[in-house]
Amino acid sequence: MNRSRGWIVTGVALLATVAVAAGSLALGGFDPWEAMRALVSGSLGSPTAIFSITLVRAVPLILTGLAVALAFRAGIWNIGAEGQLYAGAVAGVWVALAAPSSVPAWLLLPGILTVGGVAGAAWAVVPAALRLRAGVGEVITTILMNFVAIHLAAWMVHGPLQEARGVFPQTDRISETARLPVLIPGTRLHLGFAIAVILAVFLWAWLRYTASGFGIRAVGASPDAARVAGRIEDGPTLFRIFLASGAIAGLAGVVQVSGVTFALYEDFSPGYGYTAIAVALLAGLKPLGVVLTGVLFGALEGGAGAMQREAGVPAGWVDAVEALVILSILAADRLIRRGEA
Amino acid sequence: MSGLLDAAIVIAFLEAGVRLGIPLALAALGETISERAGVLNIGLEGAIIAGALGAALGALDTGSPILGVLVGGLAGAAVALVFAVFVVGLNVDQIIAGTAITLGGLGFTAAVYEARFGTTGTALTLPTLDPVSLPLLSAVPVLGPVFFSQAPTAYLTYLLAPALAWFFYRTSAGLQLRAVGEAPDAAAAAGVRVRRIRFVATVAGGFLAGLAGAHLSLAYAGTFAEGMSAGRGFIAIAVVVLGRWNPILVLLAGLFFGAASALQFFLQNLGFDIGYQIFLAVPYILTLAALGGWVGRARAPAALALPWPTRRRGA
Repeated sequence: MNRSRGWIVTGVALLATVAVAAGSLALGGFDPWEAMRALVSGSLGSPTAIFSITLVRAVPLILTGLAVALAFRAGIWNIGAEGQLYAGAVAGVWVALAAPSSVPAWLLLPGILTVGGVAGAAWAVVPAALRLRAGVGEVITTILMNFVAIHLAAWMVHGPLQEARGVFPQTDRISETARLPVLIPGTRLHLGFAIAVILAVFLWAWLRYTASGFGIRAVGASPDAARVAGRIEDGPTLFRIFLASGAIAGLAGVVQVSGVTFALYEDFSPGYGYTAIAVALLAGLKPLGVVLTGVLFGALEGGAGAMQREAGVPAGWVDAVEALVILSILAADRLIRRGEA
Repeated sequence: MSGLLDAAIVIAFLEAGVRLGIPLALAALGETISERAGVLNIGLEGAIIAGALGAALGALDTGSPILGVLVGGLAGAAVALVFAVFVVGLNVDQIIAGTAITLGGLGFTAAVYEARFGTTGTALTLPTLDPVSLPLLSAVPVLGPVFFSQAPTAYLTYLLAPALAWFFYRTSAGLQLRAVGEAPDAAAAAGVRVRRIRFVATVAGGFLAGLAGAHLSLAYAGTFAEGMSAGRGFIAIAVVVLGRWNPILVLLAGLFFGAASALQFFLQNLGFDIGYQIFLAVPYILTLAALGGWVGRARAPAALALPWPTRRRGA
């Protein structure tokens, strides 16, 4: 019952989104058919599009989506995945650049991934402590921490971590030994995708088969129960989950550096941490679902470039569509439940 | 070093602080209205950026910055209307819906701007909302140039704060609005139209956020840029907490954070050149410190962010 309703909500929301999206394109004077065709062919039309664009783009979305899903499940409104991702990226790139070249990849890679995760968790400490110690809601504090992280990263790439040439606001490129290996030769798909999928399976199993996971699942199973029993008031548990969520988002940042960009620069993330909220919600906050919706949004964002080139659709339109997905899910869920009551 | 020059730098700093503080205060006063009615509008940022673009387009097409400001306010109200349809009409979660409104507002305005002006990279030049020096008041030493040689939106903000305080605490409509935010069930039992008040309060708050955006594009920058709201919506929400939901204190808190934002220019003038990006983070860090410190436990409206009517049993 509950399960089928989840799929109905997702389906209805997607249909509504496609309808409104096509309508808005037509209103804006674009050819919706041409735009959609460019979107699909640019994201799924060839092996290159699938393995080097869509799936690569999906990696940070799946990881931050898992971070958000875990937190939301526990009633923690972590809107701060964006900042935690930056923290992970900054710390990871820093260690990767500082490490002596004699450090082998088998040591350096796990090292920077760990450092990135720890940095993401550290970034979550402030909002977690403010909620537990001072009773300040985490919605605002996590968002504020995002801006601190983004400006701090900008300062880093203009200052202490700027490339040796000193021309562009970016770091030097990290060494080969600090880069994640490619999964499929000839493509850009890197080990980060496997890490994201394994983490999703791990979270699924943890939620399903362990006592601590069950407690969170019980809260998440019914939004009504969540409203009443809702927030886990057990401080240490809440603190741990908040930090775990931050660590996963931090991992997303360092994986992106180590697998795709090989350097840190200003505006490194096009808002992965915010898109992650749509990714997590569309998946019904289920870890395995996050893998699917992460790929879906990866296709959407990956195809946006083709849509801009071939149909002239502005890039910002995709952000608006993502917002539309969130609102459609909320509305569909509410309306369907109202129909059942 | 002449003392006169130092005074000039300090006055310039304070003037910039007020100029930067006005949009924060305006948006925060708008958020105060909706939060007092129990609606936490995290989509404020989306209303601000819509106001900035609406004002830019309005001023450009009519040639009148005043009409531009009005269009900006209406654009902010329109965004808040969408938000209100979802959170008041459909009772969906306010935090998630607000995040979506912000994301969508930033994306939509960027798309509209790009569709109309392309990606040429040349900045748009707008008819600006110029400062107006108030007679007599602007002649007062220090206070005059700091507070009374500002854009008209500033004077509107100065008047709005006491007007709102009077409305909240001295009128029966204000009492009803506060009742809706504190105890919606009791208010409804007393015959107050809870949903209608929440709806109107949210849209009114969006109008003020739109004016804040209009101030940004027409009075502060003289142009529109994608994402130029730059997180002010979120700072404004924090400003409401700092001002303890009291309009007068909210105005003061907004001006205080304007000054914190202006600090970067001031410190650069004094020769602290360690990279301006680090100063950009200061207002956010200060906000966090203030939230954690002296106002952490200030009491919010009891029904803030809770949907109404509350669902009594599981479906």
